[in-house]
Amino acid sequence: MKILVPVKRVVDYNVKVRVKSDGTGVDLANVKMSMNPFDEIAVEEAIRLKEKGIATEIVVVSIGVQQSQETLRTALAMGADRAILVVTDVTTESLTVAKILAKVAAEEQPGLIILGKQAIDDDANQTGQMLAALLGWPQGTFASAVVPNGDRVAVTREVDGGLETVDLKLPAVVTTDLRLNEPRYASLPNIMKAKSKPLASKTPADYGVDPTPRLTITKVVEPAKRSAGTKVKTVDELIEKLKNAGAIA
Amino acid sequence: MPSYRAPVKDTLFVLQSVCKLDAHSNLPGFADATPDVVQAVVEEGGKFCEGVLAPINHSGDLQGCTRHADGSVTTPDGFKAAYDAFVEGGWGTLMAPSDYGGQGMPHIIGTVFQEFSASANMAFAMYPGLNEGAQAAIMAVGSPELKERFLPNMVHGRWTGTMNLTEPQCGTDLGLIRTRAEPQADGSYKISGTKIFISAGEHDLSENIIHLVLAKTPDAPDSVKGISLFLVPKFLVNADGTLGARNGVSCGSIEHKMGIHANATCVMNYDGATGYLLGEEMKGLRAMFIMMNAARLGVGVQGLAQAEVAYQNAVTYARDRLQGRALTGAKNPDAKADPLMVHPDVRRMLMDGRAFIEGARALILWGGLQVDLAHKAATPEERELADDLISLLTPVIKGYCTDKGYEIATTSQQVYGGHGYIAEWGMEQFVRDARIAQIYEGTNGIQAMDLVGRKLAMNGGRGLRAYLGLIAENVASGKADPRTEALATGLEKAAGELQAATMWLMQNGMTNPDNAGAGATAYLHLMGIVALGEMWLRMAIASHAALDAGSSDKPFFEAKLITARYFAERNFPDCGALRRKIEAGSAAMMAMPAEAF
Ligand SMILES: Cc1cc2nc3c(=O)[nH]c(=O)nc-3n(C[C@H](O)[C@H](O)[C@H](O)COP(=O)(O)OP(=O)(O)OC[C@H]3O[C@@H](n4cnc5c(N)ncnc54)[C@H](O)[C@@H]3O)c2cc1C
Repeated sequence: MKILVPVKRVVDYNVKVRVKSDGTGVDLANVKMSMNPFDEIAVEEAIRLKEKGIATEIVVVSIGVQQSQETLRTALAMGADRAILVVTDVTTESLTVAKILAKVAAEEQPGLIILGKQAIDDDANQTGQMLAALLGWPQGTFASAVVPNGDRVAVTREVDGGLETVDLKLPAVVTTDLRLNEPRYASLPNIMKAKSKPLASKTPADYGVDPTPRLTITKVVEPAKRSAGTKVKTVDELIEKLKNAGAIA
Repeated sequence: MPSYRAPVKDTLFVLQSVCKLDAHSNLPGFADATPDVVQAVVEEGGKFCEGVLAPINHSGDLQGCTRHADGSVTTPDGFKAAYDAFVEGGWGTLMAPSDYGGQGMPHIIGTVFQEFSASANMAFAMYPGLNEGAQAAIMAVGSPELKERFLPNMVHGRWTGTMNLTEPQCGTDLGLIRTRAEPQADGSYKISGTKIFISAGEHDLSENIIHLVLAKTPDAPDSVKGISLFLVPKFLVNADGTLGARNGVSCGSIEHKMGIHANATCVMNYDGATGYLLGEEMKGLRAMFIMMNAARLGVGVQGLAQAEVAYQNAVTYARDRLQGRALTGAKNPDAKADPLMVHPDVRRMLMDGRAFIEGARALILWGGLQVDLAHKAATPEERELADDLISLLTPVIKGYCTDKGYEIATTSQQVYGGHGYIAEWGMEQFVRDARIAQIYEGTNGIQAMDLVGRKLAMNGGRGLRAYLGLIAENVASGKADPRTEALATGLEKAAGELQAATMWLMQNGMTNPDNAGAGATAYLHLMGIVALGEMWLRMAIASHAALDAGSSDKPFFEAKLITARYFAERNFPDCGALRRKIEAGSAAMMAMPAEAF
């Protein structure tokens, strides 16, 4: 079975992002960029399935600026087999990405597509769902366990009330949650090997998709600064304070 | 708890803009070091050190190593798992030649990983560090048979190495070695004696430990000329490469010490242990020096590394801690106090750190490049030049970078005020860990003597002449641009002080060697400032070039230029003072009768 893993280049999770002074977005100039952490989990899951002999090939794909190549190389260094870069300089919106991925999937015919449940830059949490809809494939989102079995896959989902396991027919779309696995560090030999693994460069036009954004961002602002907290001595005092603050009746 | 982020961006800048890695792509091993591979190695290596090694630094210090009744030693919790991850990641194979399973990457890239790992966890990094040193000696002088039998497993990390020089009565003066080596009929030797302070002498990380031991054969002269080098494995190795019987070497005790608690410092007892001669009899010191030179550069890296991690945390603290008001008026009017960062004296501490660290990183990586060039450059002239330069600068990198490394670790601790003295904050560990780097691999006093007594005069002073010539070239290009003129002139003056001090030492050290000994440490520091200054000039020139080319990363290059200026203003003036100290000679120092102390 072939596994397709889409990965996104995002601001590194350690970076304290700043809003641009004109409020049009987050300042990305010269900040450290890395693979979206949820996507790292997706790559790791695919590698584990390959190590178990379930997957035969792992194809990683990224849609974004030319430098997304580095993110793909990271995935290759972790253990993916080949990469596809769809280059576009415009802001990538979920639907555009889903449409391109659907076309890639049609070409590649993977048995499973594993995506991060969301990217930590726009936190949209919808690309995987849109992709499943466009392909007409079953979806298992927020996965904390993925167990393929023949032509089906059992996906344990993290839902509000606890865990829910869905049994999907392959091919299917899975999105990862944090507890699915702990991604490995790339090993030195694999970093060296990654250099010679194939990386195909494409454009949205190759897939007949127009990437022009459809959403307009009206304003981006910093979250309100949290004001200092106070310590309370008793539960009664806490209830009193919450009442005064209008938080409880 | 302190934190650590590998300085990936600054490292890539030094590799590309100061060391011009691309210009060397024709050298063996450099072809694979394309910019994207180098970036990936630096980034992923950094991630590994941040994520695997740094989290067990503080806990490892608290727990330390434990020696058990049977002589075995266990490392702190998490060290074995981290070491397994290190081996699995192949990080120990970075610089090793591909013949033995290495990745054959240039020394300069290996040096990057040395820095990151020694910042994240110095005690841990010493286990693979000593292994690398031992491999270097075996590679240089070992017989093909010994190389075949031992190197692949050592390169892999399944086995580790040590170096055994020190004995109770023998530290700096290796002529005093008493450990004996009796030749056996089968060509091996029986080694007997006691070694002390042996780093990584016994531990639970690897399946076998390969000790390199200095010892004397029966009829050898009782001086450094009589020393031979032996390979003594903890477990004997069968012809098929499997492990055999336990050899007659054991750990008698481990030391309780100031820092690097997670690295076992062992008394090693050799009781007729089987050893194999490395190289020739009585040529042991030469063989050991191959290892020592690489090891000394590695210790210089530790100085930089501990300064870096201490500085990083000091910066965070200076941003967060609110105390006092800026002299020029409140900078943080919403709160009751300003962050420490506003106080000039706190700035002094942070800028001292930054100016040293970035300069030292450039010097150390550039030095790593010279090691590569000395082995791999295309022409004999280029190889000779690189070898001259790194021979000259090895004691400077070891001595200056560890003296300053300790100083900056302490200065960074100072930024924390009283909290720096409290164990929980982790700053005092950096100070304790940094301290050893000034002592082992030849104390810094011995580095200074090596510089003044040997390196200056080597090959008729060819090394220093070449180095001063190189500085003059860079000064000329610096002066050609008004924006770097002041820096270049400062460096020119500093190099002038160095030259004058050299002349004085040559003349006055000849007539009275105590004059050379008395000025040696000041001279080493003087050359350290000049060497870092030269790097700062290179970095300033590169930064202007990047800004002129319209780099999108203006803040990075502008910060470089500010730091370059700070370095010059705050370090070059010391050169004149150091020169005067040197020229004071040894008279007052040696005048005091010994019994008057
Ligand atoms: C934690 C730790 C780990 C170590 N690891 C190892 C290891 O793995 N392998 C190993 O073999 N050794 C190791 N050592 C030993 C270390 O290298 C020696 O301690 C060091 O070389 C100094 O030797 P010494 O302690 O005998 O001091 P001494 O040689 O007695 O020196 C004492 C002082 O006198 C000065 N001095 C001595 N001779 C001269 C001279 N001729 N001119 C000017 N000044 C002089 C020295 O600079 C020093 O300040 C380790 C030591 C420690 C503490």
